[in-house]
Amino acid sequence: MSEEQNSVSDILEDNTYKYGFTTDVESETFAKGLNEEVVRAISKKKNEPKFMLDFRLKAFEKWKTMTAPEWPNVHYPPIDFQDISYYSAPKQKKVLDSLDEVDPEVMRTFEKLGIPLDEQKKLANVAVDAVFDSVSVATTHKKKLMEVGIIFCSISEALQEYPELIEEYLGTVVPVGDNYYAALNSAVFTDGSFVYIPPDTISPMEISTYFRINTEETGQFERTLIICAENSYVSYLEGCTAPQFDTNQLHAAVVELVTLDNAEIKYSTVQNWYAGDKETGKGGIYNFVTKRGKCQGDNSKISWTQVETGSAITWKYPSCLLLGDNTTGEFYSVALTNGHMQADTGTKMIHIGKNTRSSIISKGISADYSSNSYRGQVKVGKNATNARNYSQCDSMLVGDKSSAHTFPYIETANNSVQVEHEAATSKISEDQLFYFESRGISRENAIEAVISGFCKEVFKQLPMEFAVEAQKLLTLKLEDSVG
Amino acid sequence: MLEIKDLYAGVDGTEIIKGISLSVKKGEIHAVMGPNGSGKSTLAKILSGHPAYEAMSGEILFDGKNLLDMDAEERSLAGIFMGFQYPVEVPGVNNAEFLRMAHNARRVKAGEEEIDPLDFDDLLSEKMKTLGMEKKYKERNLNDGFSGGEKKKNEILQMAILEPQLSILDETDSGLDIDALRVVSEGVNKLRNENNALILITHYQRLLDYINPDFVHVLSSGKIVKSGDKSLALELESQGYDWVTTVN
Ligand SMILES: Nc1ncnc2c1ncn2[C@@H]1O[C@H](COP(=O)(O)OP(=O)(O)OP(=O)(O)O)[C@@H](O)[C@H]1O
Ligand SMILES: [Mg+2]
Repeated sequence: MSEEQNSVSDILEDNTYKYGFTTDVESETFAKGLNEEVVRAISKKKNEPKFMLDFRLKAFEKWKTMTAPEWPNVHYPPIDFQDISYYSAPKQKKVLDSLDEVDPEVMRTFEKLGIPLDEQKKLANVAVDAVFDSVSVATTHKKKLMEVGIIFCSISEALQEYPELIEEYLGTVVPVGDNYYAALNSAVFTDGSFVYIPPDTISPMEISTYFRINTEETGQFERTLIICAENSYVSYLEGCTAPQFDTNQLHAAVVELVTLDNAEIKYSTVQNWYAGDKETGKGGIYNFVTKRGKCQGDNSKISWTQVETGSAITWKYPSCLLLGDNTTGEFYSVALTNGHMQADTGTKMIHIGKNTRSSIISKGISADYSSNSYRGQVKVGKNATNARNYSQCDSMLVGDKSSAHTFPYIETANNSVQVEHEAATSKISEDQLFYFESRGISRENAIEAVISGFCKEVFKQLPMEFAVEAQKLLTLKLEDSVG
Repeated sequence: MLEIKDLYAGVDGTEIIKGISLSVKKGEIHAVMGPNGSGKSTLAKILSGHPAYEAMSGEILFDGKNLLDMDAEERSLAGIFMGFQYPVEVPGVNNAEFLRMAHNARRVKAGEEEIDPLDFDDLLSEKMKTLGMEKKYKERNLNDGFSGGEKKKNEILQMAILEPQLSILDETDSGLDIDALRVVSEGVNKLRNENNALILITHYQRLLDYINPDFVHVLSSGKIVKSGDKSLALELESQGYDWVTTVN
């Protein structure tokens, strides 16, 4: 048979990580190392109010007493926290009133990534906060959002402009000592996004943050806080990429969401951090993230949708705390691992209020030598009468060297609860692809059709353009793994 | 149209096809019969370009082009169709959408625009009607949970949509009930014209009562051991394969 057919490695050239470039910008970077002085220096650099410094110091004290979690199904050598720099920012004038003051190289970087920031080219229906290494460099559509009372800015700016909101909510969903990486983040986080949707407001556009790691030896510790007040709605998108380095970079983010009565937050992520070399496994991002939403008000809803396609190691469980009565938590996930990637991801649904509902749809795709684990917990408290959960966790194996694991935990302290769990494993095979090809359909379109069929229920949750992107991304990543 | 010249082919380095020559002209119907494991499906897979099967020597020309230089996708677009003996199940991919993808691939190849989804739905309904197929073939996922006979009918539906020049039907008749066999055969007959050709792989004379072959070939241990007209099939039916395999 013809050779081209078999040597799918030809496609490899297009398939290398296209975001792997670095940008030469003059930046200010702290010396490596972590101690109380560094924590104080970060706070001082950002001119933070006292409560913030106290929050950081408390977290740092707590972190020193903790150890890295060993229960996730991932393996990596111990991280030397003294070998990381905790602050790196492109040099620029202090307050960014206009985008003209942003380093043009940084602007070009985001443009290259498909996120144009300048006024003429910015995306019409999406407001973007662009975070470059440790700091937010630009936020678009701010004024337009402000007209309806929506606050959208970097968390550093929010600490200056709206300290009372930050003080009221920060750390209320993910306490400083919640887990090892959350404690570290609470001590050293440098930037991230802040969103406040006032009561009775439907956000007129999608709001998004785009994270870019640029420096080799800097950790990225971003912090996002979104508050959606009574009767309001916001859809929030998050995207991420990083250059290709032989070393591993640590990304330990914390995201906190709060909904008040009748409010809804829809949070979508497409994660495409550099995953390391496909053959050797060298390099890549350690993505250790704590994401949690609190449905504080009655009838409120939080929905997480994630498409995880990158990172050498992922450790991430976007969760919902269903506190109010009649609240709803949702988790839709596609996690793709290939090369030597390892992912341990899933969710926690904690039912506390009455008539609370949660649903979990998880689709894991593992290819090459990768390992993909779903870990999910459904916990129902004793007062959560009539709580309901539906979970569906499907795995798809590509090739025969990858592995898929499912770890569901269900704990109920109430008898009126209904919990349903379904799981299935399937395989994308050379014979399936041949079937398509023998009908004149290209291999690429075949993979796309099979994958999008498998991920249908999750993709349907994403905003249209994101869904198309996500689908293309998965296809590109799988093209040379099938067979 | 199709010219197979002294073909040796196999899988994983094992030779299964051991010197086959066969010529198929426009408008002809060739039946290929032969015992289990004689290499019939292997021949079909070689013709349709399955990547696991390789030609060791010999030549295959299709409309003068070297078929062995083309991948499965190109062969399909050039007008070759194989009805699989064991069609694969593809969960999650809607059958109608799959058919539309296949139809559009041809249109794009011909430099035409993709078909309007509603127009395609009409086309599909019409083809399904001639084959006596129920609505579920549109709604369900590709071969997913289909019965053996349903899968075979679905292969013929694909053939009807793609209108290939050369169709190789690998035991499309096995698994079909008596009524389905008649309907499917009538469908295949309707798709015939003087410009296309058919290779029918079958174990049963019964199919040939409906679709009348111009030639019958008997394959044994990777070789064509006897060729003749329709009467050869009748003889095989009464005497079994021993008769031809020992004659040679
Ligand atoms: N992928 C494969 N790997 C190993 N052996 C194979 C493979 N494909 C076919 N064979 C072998 O080649 C021989 C011919 O198989 P083939 O499927 O072509 O037979 P057939 O004539 O179609 O038989 P049947 O009438 O049972 O369908 C058999 O011995 C079979 O086991
Ligand atoms: Mg066979």
